[in-house]
Amino acid sequence: MPFGNTHNNFKLNYKVEEEFPDLSKHNNHMAKVLTKDIYAKLRDKQTPSGYTLDDVIQTGVDNPGHPFIMTVGCVAGDEESYEVFKDLLDPIISDRHGGYKPTDKHKTDLNFENLKGGDDLDPNYVLSSRVRTGRSIKGLTLPPHNSRGERRLIEKLSVEALTSLDGEFKGKYYPLKSMTDAEQEQLISDHFLFDKPVSPLLTCAGMARDWPDGRGIWHNDNKTFLVWVNEEDHLRVISMQQGGNMREVFKRFCTGLLKIEEIFKKHNHGFMWNEHLGYILTCPSNLGTGLRGGVHVKLPKLSTHAKFEEILTRLRLQKRGTGGVDTASVGGVFDISNADRLGSSEVEQVQLVVDGVKLMVEMEKKLEKGEAIDSMIPAQK
Amino acid sequence: MANSFTRVMSGRNTAVVLASIGASTLASGYLLSDSTAAADRKRLYPPSADFPDLRKHNNCMAAALTPKIYARLRDQTTPSNWTVDQCIQTGVDNPGHPFIKTVGMVAGDEESYEVFAELFDPVIKDRHNGYDPRTMKHPTDLDASKITSGMFDERYVLSSRVRTGRSIRGLSLPPACTRSERREVERVVVTALSGLKGDLAGRYYSLGDMSDREQQQLIDEHFLFDKPVSPLLTSAGMARDWPDARGIWHNNEKNFLIWINEEDHTRIISMEKGGNMKRVFERFCRGLKQVEQLIQERGWEFMWNERLGYILTCPSNLGTGLRAGVHIRLPILSRDPRFKKILDNLRLQKRGTGGVDTAATGDTFDISNLDRLGKSEVELVQLLIDGINYLIECEKRLERGQDIKIPSPVAQHV
Repeated sequence: MPFGNTHNNFKLNYKVEEEFPDLSKHNNHMAKVLTKDIYAKLRDKQTPSGYTLDDVIQTGVDNPGHPFIMTVGCVAGDEESYEVFKDLLDPIISDRHGGYKPTDKHKTDLNFENLKGGDDLDPNYVLSSRVRTGRSIKGLTLPPHNSRGERRLIEKLSVEALTSLDGEFKGKYYPLKSMTDAEQEQLISDHFLFDKPVSPLLTCAGMARDWPDGRGIWHNDNKTFLVWVNEEDHLRVISMQQGGNMREVFKRFCTGLLKIEEIFKKHNHGFMWNEHLGYILTCPSNLGTGLRGGVHVKLPKLSTHAKFEEILTRLRLQKRGTGGVDTASVGGVFDISNADRLGSSEVEQVQLVVDGVKLMVEMEKKLEKGEAIDSMIPAQK
Repeated sequence: MANSFTRVMSGRNTAVVLASIGASTLASGYLLSDSTAAADRKRLYPPSADFPDLRKHNNCMAAALTPKIYARLRDQTTPSNWTVDQCIQTGVDNPGHPFIKTVGMVAGDEESYEVFAELFDPVIKDRHNGYDPRTMKHPTDLDASKITSGMFDERYVLSSRVRTGRSIRGLSLPPACTRSERREVERVVVTALSGLKGDLAGRYYSLGDMSDREQQQLIDEHFLFDKPVSPLLTSAGMARDWPDARGIWHNNEKNFLIWINEEDHTRIISMEKGGNMKRVFERFCRGLKQVEQLIQERGWEFMWNERLGYILTCPSNLGTGLRAGVHIRLPILSRDPRFKKILDNLRLQKRGTGGVDTAATGDTFDISNLDRLGKSEVELVQLLIDGINYLIECEKRLERGQDIKIPSPVAQHV
């Protein structure tokens, strides 16, 4: 949990060697990058809101990671964290985002018309389509660090913005702490409800403090556009529907997001964004677009093919189980989504999903007919 | 002592000495004054904006905390810059259970109990049956020779155990400690323990460096403690940096055991199979006194004061921090509807054989003293002994078809 600048000043009484964490058994991006020199340089710094280096890295110290899975191992407490702790975060960002340099610029493109195709994914294979991203409200600290007062303000601003939406975006807010049992069950069966984080990656970063205060779910009446308030980020925005019409999902996603952003701007609260890192979110892995666009798709034959992983890598896609991150696939159905977040735009990332999934469905059909797919394997995108 | 610790210690010791006299006016001296931006945030969000929503909560902190108290305490800090929000976080995150009333707050350092006395004192009073830290004194008595009738009938009592905790004065407690403080606790204690001789001589096993074989051995002996999973502890930040500077020490005879940097700086345990509680307590007192002497030789001491006795992380463990108990078979009595009332009146508590928050297996229970503060170690162990002997008497009478009586309640402070 966040200690803040005052406790940090007390720690400065102790030498670097005495305070430096033992990372000998660790396998995460933070542990690979942090040296005693970097620690010495940054340990007496703090962001204007009082977030410190030890706050940034606590989750990575507490969670050594997995020999096969490389987690990020650090979080931001506010927008300024990415500046004040540049010496640590820039190399981590580079490692995580394919060599992205401190001088690189990130493209934002939420013009859904730039997407080609995406409305014809075969619904016999593609069961559902979804696009999500996150947004942070400028001027307020992030979930690892915010106080109850700030979190409640984030909720208030978000609810005001969301309840002013109309048309296909007209909807309702369900605060977690006053949800009725009936509402809760409905949200669970709609697959909308998010729970108190149990992952130690999140709890060690202090994101579950004061649960469920200030947390809630908003969704439109059509149940195709959904916003999570104060979970891992200020806002998580989700557009989803059954079937393979990713184009429609993305159109709604962009339209809704831009409407929400407009409302926030009118009240002098923009979103955190800059031209180097794109949209600023809690976890460095979600910088840039913060976008994960994906489908649940039936690929029983392709998924057991020797080249499945390679195909995914070349298509710049990632597989997950149908329960989301860190779950296993059920019945040959996979969650396939874009692997990239930073360095390419929203349109580009969703394009990769649309094109890649289309190709994989064709491969699946070929394999069903007993034909080989070697000639279809794409070059690295 | 490392130089940085000497420097820090001398400043804190003064504060602690003043604090232990009960100078709660000290609180006004430690207003949050650091960064201006953090101060701005405090202004933008008055205490009322930050006051936690405790309407669904059932813990001692939630019962005691009012908006007025919060407003007075929110911007105070202890000398190591620990705040009331950090003390109460665990109670905010864990609303509790309708039947079980948890404490809902922890101390980050010795001074927490002074600086935040306005909140800690009512919580202490609530938890410790009306003990008023403002007016009462806590007696400490580790003279095991005073114990009588401390040998239980081993047809009923399977094992006997006494545990307590001790904190090293001048170093922050597990919710707040920095990595270097935690490592210093480990160094201080392990060095002291290496000076133990005779039946108390033993060795240290660091959690991080343990071999698989050592680990399995310690598990089989029921000595190994694990990274806390209870959200009561994790929400208070006690599992940070695990397993850095955590470990287990035990003597060669395997009946005197010390946990380092789990929920407290140290947990000291004396245990053995069978019913010789007097011997268990005698070893406990002897070991504790020797460890205290060994740390004093190097200029350290335990956190203790007259109002609160031994200072530990959780207010529920203040005073003696002592839990003396047995694993006991009471097949007939445990099914008697009067069992609970008998335990209550004897000031005893039952737990399952896996410890706190576990269920009993078969007819075997863990029965221990309920109280920690306001009575001395000798008094509490004698109460436990008298109580267990009474329970065994009841079991025997029920075996013979005779009736039993609910004893009159043991006297309390209010």
